[in-house]
Amino acid sequence: MEFTLKTFIFYGFAFLTIASALVVVTVRNIVHAAFSLMVTLFGVAGLYVFLQADFLAATQVIVYVGGILVLILFGVMMTSGRLEMRIHIERGQLLLGGLVAVALLMLLLTVIANTPAWKNLTDDGTKLPPTTERIGELILNGPFLLPFEVVSVLLLVALIGAAMISRKEIRD
Amino acid sequence: MSDFRAMFVGFPDFNVSENFFPNINLQDKLNWAEEFIQNVLIPRLPEAVAAHFPEELGTVLVMFACAGIFVGVVPLLPLVLVLAERKVAARFQNRTGPMRVGPWGTLQTLADGVKLIFKEDFIPPQGDKFLFLLAPYIIFACSFAVFAAIPFGQNILVSDFNIGIFYIMAISSVIVMGVIMAGWSSNSKWSLLGSLRSAAQIVSYEIPLGLSILTIVMLVESLSMHEIVASQSNGIFSWLIFRTPFTFIAFFIFFISSIAEVNRTPFDLPEAESEIVAGFHTEYSGMRFALFFIAEYANMFAVSAIAVTLFLGGWEGVLPGYDILGGFPGFVIKTLALVFLMMWLRWTLPRLRVDQLMNLCWKYFIPIAFFNILGTGIWGLIFPEDTLISTSISCAIIYIGLIGAYKIAGRSLGQRPAPQPS
Repeated sequence: MEFTLKTFIFYGFAFLTIASALVVVTVRNIVHAAFSLMVTLFGVAGLYVFLQADFLAATQVIVYVGGILVLILFGVMMTSGRLEMRIHIERGQLLLGGLVAVALLMLLLTVIANTPAWKNLTDDGTKLPPTTERIGELILNGPFLLPFEVVSVLLLVALIGAAMISRKEIRD
Repeated sequence: MSDFRAMFVGFPDFNVSENFFPNINLQDKLNWAEEFIQNVLIPRLPEAVAAHFPEELGTVLVMFACAGIFVGVVPLLPLVLVLAERKVAARFQNRTGPMRVGPWGTLQTLADGVKLIFKEDFIPPQGDKFLFLLAPYIIFACSFAVFAAIPFGQNILVSDFNIGIFYIMAISSVIVMGVIMAGWSSNSKWSLLGSLRSAAQIVSYEIPLGLSILTIVMLVESLSMHEIVASQSNGIFSWLIFRTPFTFIAFFIFFISSIAEVNRTPFDLPEAESEIVAGFHTEYSGMRFALFFIAEYANMFAVSAIAVTLFLGGWEGVLPGYDILGGFPGFVIKTLALVFLMMWLRWTLPRLRVDQLMNLCWKYFIPIAFFNILGTGIWGLIFPEDTLISTSISCAIIYIGLIGAYKIAGRSLGQRPAPQPS
């Protein structure tokens, strides 16, 4: 185990992600939880950078922080009068949530343990090739063409649905 | 579970350092974790800090130096730009502007800055103190992080990211969070309204902005800012704005959307003083207000610099072999010209209404931007290489289009009733 600057930055990001995720689920104020989620999403983006998936990291920030989180905050600010919420949790919900968490943990551990050959990325100072080209090839010219198109159609349907719901009724 | 792995076969990069997850089974992994804590973390942490930092101290120092340059130099920009804005505004309104402090009032901003430092740092007692104090820093930091990817000259670039322009978009989309944070934590209805308006505006205008950047990326086939500039090295007609007629349209969409992104008139609804006092920064005073102010002018400079990099040749000059409007001075001149254009628009045009703002974005800019992408794709198929013929055709189409637009605009303006003298 060698300690380098990168190791420290990696653990910094990991700590940031986990600590802020804990704040998200424990804090009572919903807006604080949403802003804490921002830190979590940033931490995950940082971890993507460590996987040398730079495009994915920027996408994470642009989609989740710049898009979805803003929508969540919009929702919170425009709907709830009370920000301090004491949510009552049923025992059944607790059990179900716990089961899902344990199942997810098991899945992740199995994946980590069964993955053959984690490769070590050599860092010899050279600039890495861009990942965008490969991603584009895979999505538009490779095995993920069909899922990509299906997702596009799904988003289009959602868009039309949103326009339908929010359109003005014209009565005559 | 090895199937799961097969999904990522295409990604040679999709791996973690062996230091974190050695290739051993779960039991070994747990042992490894235990060992790691007992043998490495507890006794060796201070030693590691001492032993391993000096090797990489150089990198750290360079990072800090680069950050220091920007944090030191970029705040000087507002110092100049604020004065320029006031002088420009004054000239537009047939006044002289600030004249008292220093020769021709040139030290006015410095005096204002000193005043802001000494003002009371007021924190609304009913607000959310922590978020209120945090918000200006988020906006400030994001505005400054953008500068890391802007190439000011051939070798004046902090980091040539693979994803340069995409990084800039990502970082600048985080500014919205700071704005919402500031608006909400102030516990004032003006602030909240301003921040919600700002968020809606920025999120909407990010779409035409991104789509017009996409036309550039399609032509250059790279997201790196350095390569985008390098592809415009053959004089003024190789600048991407003249490369195809579609990029010419994209430039205007990009520039207008940028003005909306930085909340300036005619898109300054988030700060509309006649409606909501001062928008999301109503409750801020002293240095915290100054941080918003600096960030606003830094943003203004940044979006102009990005427009210059993407469309107007960056640090490449007008003629291929000569350094006219090229290099670092040329870059700054071009950027300041766009900044002046923004000031000009601000003091000429009235503010839009919210519905006009949204109509402009969703009903005009986004369809035109999609049309641009389609057109650029077809153009790329017809002219795979940038040749003299393609450039001539492009410039001819732009010229005819401009004349046509001028005629149509002139006719529609002529139909208006003449203003009655009162």
